[in-house]
Amino acid sequence: MSKNIAIKVENLSKAYQLGQIGTGTISRDLERWYARIRGKEDPFLWIGESNNQNTKSESDVVWSLKDINFEIEQGDAVGIIGRNGAGKSTLLKILSKVTAPTTGKISGKGRIASLLEVGTGFHPELSGRENIFLNGAILGMRKKEIQRKLEEIVDFAGIERYLDTPVKRYSSGMYVRLAFAVAAHLESEILIIDEVLAVGDAEFQKKCLGKMGEVSKGEGRTVFFVSHNMDAVSALCQKGIVLQNGRKQISSGVEEAINIYQEFSQNEVLLWKNTNENLSPRFESVAIDITGNQPYLTLNINARLVSDQKYAPAFITFDIKDDRGKTIIQSMPSAAPFIQINQGTANLDLKIELTGLVPGFYSISPWIGPQNTVTYNRQEDILVFEIAQNPTKNRVFPYHKSDGFISAPTSFQISYS
Amino acid sequence: MVKEEQQWTIEAKSSLFDLKLHEVWAYRDLLVLLVRRDFVSFYKQTILGPLWFFIQPLFTTIIFTFIFGNLAGISTDSLPKPLFYMAGITAWNYFADCLTKTSSVFKDNASIFGKVYFPRLIMPLSIVVSNLVRFGVQMLLFLILMAYYYFSGAHFNISWAICLFPVIVILMALLGLGAGMIISAMTTKYRDLAFLISFGVQLLMYATTVIYPLSEAIKKYPAYAWIIEYNPMTPIIETFRYGFLGQGSFSWFSLGYATVVTIILLLIGTVVFNKVERNFVDTV
Repeated sequence: MSKNIAIKVENLSKAYQLGQIGTGTISRDLERWYARIRGKEDPFLWIGESNNQNTKSESDVVWSLKDINFEIEQGDAVGIIGRNGAGKSTLLKILSKVTAPTTGKISGKGRIASLLEVGTGFHPELSGRENIFLNGAILGMRKKEIQRKLEEIVDFAGIERYLDTPVKRYSSGMYVRLAFAVAAHLESEILIIDEVLAVGDAEFQKKCLGKMGEVSKGEGRTVFFVSHNMDAVSALCQKGIVLQNGRKQISSGVEEAINIYQEFSQNEVLLWKNTNENLSPRFESVAIDITGNQPYLTLNINARLVSDQKYAPAFITFDIKDDRGKTIIQSMPSAAPFIQINQGTANLDLKIELTGLVPGFYSISPWIGPQNTVTYNRQEDILVFEIAQNPTKNRVFPYHKSDGFISAPTSFQISYS
Repeated sequence: MVKEEQQWTIEAKSSLFDLKLHEVWAYRDLLVLLVRRDFVSFYKQTILGPLWFFIQPLFTTIIFTFIFGNLAGISTDSLPKPLFYMAGITAWNYFADCLTKTSSVFKDNASIFGKVYFPRLIMPLSIVVSNLVRFGVQMLLFLILMAYYYFSGAHFNISWAICLFPVIVILMALLGLGAGMIISAMTTKYRDLAFLISFGVQLLMYATTVIYPLSEAIKKYPAYAWIIEYNPMTPIIETFRYGFLGQGSFSWFSLGYATVVTIILLLIGTVVFNKVERNFVDTV
C-alpha cells in the first residue's frame, strides 16, 4: 500500500436477505428440516447463510453494495452522495466495522472513529461528565485522552453549568451538542460521519460544520461524510463518491460528483398508476420529472384521464405538499373548466415552475372536477419527489422549514453615501 | 506519523480463532466505565436499589428453610439450615446472573452494537464484573449470618479450602460467561431459546447441590447421582461450602474437572461469540 493511502476498498459487496433471516425459532427450523428430508418444498422461504449467497439465486438477495472499489488519500474529506437506499449507510457501517462485508476487502491505516448516531450509549441517569467518559470510551478513547480533552469538549458543547447534572434533565439541544462534541474531539486518523447535522439549531449546525472543516483541513485527518445537504458536502469535502443502487457511479472531485448526482435525481421519471378502475372520470396515471437548475427548476407533469362517458367539462389542480403534509403550492393551469370529458382518454402535459424551492421531500396530490365544490377524482400524495440542490449558492447551513419553503431569487442594489 | 501496528484490514471472512483479545485490552477503560455505569444507574434508580441485593437471598433462604429443610426434611449435613441454604444461594445467584445476562447481551445492546464498533467481548465481560458487586453484597450478608451462628454457638468450622475462594469466584464467572456466550450466539438466530434460559437455569439449580448436599444425593440415588456430579457447578458449590462451613464433598479431582469444563466452554463461547458478532447487526 502506498504511503499516503488512508483507505483502500477492493471489490466490496454486501448482500442482505429479503424477508426474514432464518425463521427465528427452533420449532420452525425443525419443521423446515423435516420438510427437506422428505423431499418436500420448504414451508418457509429458504434463505441461506450469509456467506454462501453467491451460489443462491439472486432473487432472495439484495446487493446493498456491489463491487465497490476506491482509494482515499490521507487528509481527504470525502462526501458520499446518493439517494435513500443507495447504500451510503451500509458503506459507512462496513467502514466502521459494525457489520462485516459479504465479499471484498478494506485495508487502511489509522484509528477509525465513527459517528453514525449522536450519543450512542448515553445513559440518562449519568451526569454529563460521566457520559462524556462513557461515550468517549465507547468511541474508542482512552480515559486519559478524554481527561485531556474534557475542557475543550465541555467548552464546545457549552454545558459547563450542567456538567454534573444527569443528562435526562438536559434539553434535546444540549444533549446533541454534548454528544457531537465528544465525537468531534476524538483523536482518530479517520472520522466517519453520517448525517448527524440534521439535528440541533442552525447556529450549532454551523459550528459543527466549522469543526468538521477544521478536522479535515486543519488537522489532516481523513473524513467520510454522508449528507443530503449538497452545499454542506461541497463546502466540506474535496472528493465525492456517488452511489446508486449499491454501485459506485463515480469517485471524483466533489463538484463533479454533485452534478452527476443531481442529474440522476432530476432525470428520473416517477410514475403513479391508478389501481381503482371503478371511478369515472378518474386519473389513470401521473408521471413527473424535474428539469433545470436551481433556483429555476421545472416540474413536468404528464397526467392521463379516463372517462366512460361524457361529463361536464372539468378543470384540474395539483397540490404540492411538504413532508409534514402542509400544502405549499396549489397549481391551477386555468380556473375555467378547460378539459372536455368524453369517453376515452385525455392526455395532459403541464409544466410547473418550482422557483427556489428549498431542499426536501415533496408530494403531489392531483384533483379534477367541474367546479370547486364538485369532485370527479382526488388522489392524495401519489408521488414524492426530492429537491436535493440548494437554491442559494454557497449556503452552508441546512434549510429548515421554519425558514420558509421558497428561496425567492432576489436582486439588490446598494449605495453608500 | 502513523505507526505500523495501526494498519488494519476488514475482510469478508475472518479466522475462527482470531479472538481479538489485544483489542479487548485496548478498550479496558470502557470495561471499567461500563461497570461503573451499571452500578451507578442501579443505585440512582431507586431508594430501595441496593436493598434488593439483600431481600432476594434472604427471602429465598427463609423459603428454602421451610420447604426443603422442614417440610421435606432434606439433610443439610448437620449444618444450620439457613446457613447451608444461603451458602448455596449466594454462589448460585452469581453464576445464574452471569449466565442469564450474558445470554441476552446481543438483544439488550442491539442499539449500541448497531451504531458503533468496539470489541463486543467487552459487554459480557462488563456483565460478569458488574455482577461481582452484587455478589460481594450478598457475600457480606452471608458472612453476617455466619457471624450470628458462630456467636450463638452453632457447630461449623472454617476449613483451609476457604483459600480457594478466589478460584471459585473466577470459575463461576468464567463458566457463566462461557455458557452465556454460547447461548447468546444461538439466541440471535433462535429467539425462543431466550425462554428456555429463564426456566433452564431454574432446572439446573435443582441439578446442582444448592438445596441438598452431594453426599445425600449419592446416598439416596446412587444410580443417578452422576448427573449431579458431572454438573460443573456442583464441585464449585461443594468447595464453597467446604471452605466456609467445613462440610461438603471436596476433591481436587472434581474441582479440576470443573476447571477443565469451564475452560472448554469459555473457549467455545469466545469463538462462537466472535463469529456471530460480525454479522449479528443484519439479523436482529
